[in-house]
Amino acid sequence: MMNNLIILPILIPFLTAIILLFIRKSVKAERIISVLSGIALVIISGLLVKEVLDKGAISYALGGWAPPFGIALVADSLAALLVLFASIVVLICILFSIRGIDEIRVKFFFYPLVQFLLLGVIGAFLTGDIFNLFVFFEVLLMASYGLITLGGSKAQLQESIKYVLINVISSAFFVTAIALLYSVTGTLNIADLSQRVAEVNQPGILTVIAFLFMIVFGMKAAIFPLYFWLPGSYAAPPPVITALFAGLLTKVGIYAIMRVFTIIFYHEPQITHLTLEIIAVLTMVVGVIGAIAYQDMQKILVYNVVAGVGFIIFGVSSLNEAGLFGATFYLLHDMLIKAALFLLVGAIMIITQTSSMKNASGLIKQYPLVGWSFLVAALSLAGVPPFSGFFGKLYLIQGGFEAGQYISVIIMIIASLLILYSVMRIFFSVILGEENHASQNEKANIKGLLYPSMILLFLSFVMGFGAEFIVPHVANAAETLLNPEIYIEAVLKE
Amino acid sequence: MHPNDVILQTVTKLLAFIIVIFSFYVFLSGHHNPGGGFIGALTTACAFLLISVAFDIETVKKMIPVDFKTIMAAGLLIAVISGMIPIFFGENFLWQTFDYFDLPLLGDNTELATALVFDVGVYLVVIAVVLSIIFTIGEEQ
Repeated sequence: MMNNLIILPILIPFLTAIILLFIRKSVKAERIISVLSGIALVIISGLLVKEVLDKGAISYALGGWAPPFGIALVADSLAALLVLFASIVVLICILFSIRGIDEIRVKFFFYPLVQFLLLGVIGAFLTGDIFNLFVFFEVLLMASYGLITLGGSKAQLQESIKYVLINVISSAFFVTAIALLYSVTGTLNIADLSQRVAEVNQPGILTVIAFLFMIVFGMKAAIFPLYFWLPGSYAAPPPVITALFAGLLTKVGIYAIMRVFTIIFYHEPQITHLTLEIIAVLTMVVGVIGAIAYQDMQKILVYNVVAGVGFIIFGVSSLNEAGLFGATFYLLHDMLIKAALFLLVGAIMIITQTSSMKNASGLIKQYPLVGWSFLVAALSLAGVPPFSGFFGKLYLIQGGFEAGQYISVIIMIIASLLILYSVMRIFFSVILGEENHASQNEKANIKGLLYPSMILLFLSFVMGFGAEFIVPHVANAAETLLNPEIYIEAVLKE
Repeated sequence: MHPNDVILQTVTKLLAFIIVIFSFYVFLSGHHNPGGGFIGALTTACAFLLISVAFDIETVKKMIPVDFKTIMAAGLLIAVISGMIPIFFGENFLWQTFDYFDLPLLGDNTELATALVFDVGVYLVVIAVVLSIIFTIGEEQ
């Protein structure tokens, strides 16, 4: 059974989703099963992370067909860590949704859709086959279409049209890119692709295909010129769905960029990785400009998602050990903290009944816990030392300096300051300040809405303060990313 | 509902059977000839669609008393379970096998593959999805 440990993170959400489809009439049973399967998944993926650190990358041949002929699932440290963090984020969002989502949405398949989303995300992290990656992308996108329209308010329908349109186009690009890659190399297995591209030393046509993949994954991950769909569509659905999207969806695109540009297309870094660096810096800049421009709490956070994508892609563009370590660490931190921030703002919006910063202030007197949690989340996001954002950024900066990207590093540091400014602005005007809204209203009932984000903040604190637990895993992930032979060896072993 | 559609209704009664039988043929022949779960299910759905055009959506709902969403979930369950069974025999997920059996009606030396169980899952999911899409749109008008 130990051999099958890698398939369980895919099977658990799949089976849970099916069971939830059968028992859709009972809201209470749906919640209990979702929480239980979430806990089981966190435990299983924790075991997987440990297994990968002990024994190195694991590969699993679906149906017994050895790669490159069959589909392989591959768990190296990066994939296993991302599976663990994704399942944590989903479990927390399910806990929040017990109080944070209306029964009508639950009756119309909220929980099965969440499980299918998780299935797609975990599958995309674990797969070792580029067409299978496309299939899992579609699984998670289909689920996200369902979640973004669920409820059917006007804003949601408006934004979902844009969201679906953009993703259908980028999926078509994805298929085209895979078709081109297949016609050049004749294989779809990522490890085999890596070998074949290395054999021919990445001629011009493969660099063009690499750029096509950059466009495809960049559209999913919201990098600079392709981020325009994100601010609108992430602000439309209820906070818990936005938290799920912010914690998972763009991260899958980033993971795909990390994977493809470290294992397949790493032979022309002066072209592809320089482009990635420029794009990363521009993504940070537009993200930060958006984050300080808006008066709307959700919009500010949404632009922070864009800026976060820039930081991680920058680490990939450095293509050295420190840069990839920083990118991995920051990616994991970002999943936790973005979900925590969106859930906190969701709780604040339930108290104040508005997402505008102008109409709400002085929450700290009545809701001290909300206020201080938000401060912790804000400091962690900006990367203040005891919290988890610090190590990621530290290594990103080190990696940038080692790669000689001085100007980009300086822009990144300025961007971090402005990100701190953007969230502290929410803290000073909504949490601190004169009481106006909270004092007029009855004390809003936020029971059960606060502890999920506090669990996330606690985990983020553990990640920063007890970094020695997670550093070996992240270092192992960075090492595998930097040395494709380890990955190839694990998949195509004789 | 459609009192004057005598010809259509009479032809439908005959044709629906032929279409369903043909769809089963296409479904079962998928291993060696063109066909399989997906196209078989679409063909079966065509038969139900023809009935719903000639008679009424209610008629089809009476013929299939189970909720389409339940059928969809059942199909998914069959597909996943058929993939999971090999795990308990020490093989990998989605491992398939086949063997020859002497069956009373189908003749001696009939080849039976476990992939057929997976295909039954696909078949149920596709039928349920197609019919629930069409009936959901149809009921709103």
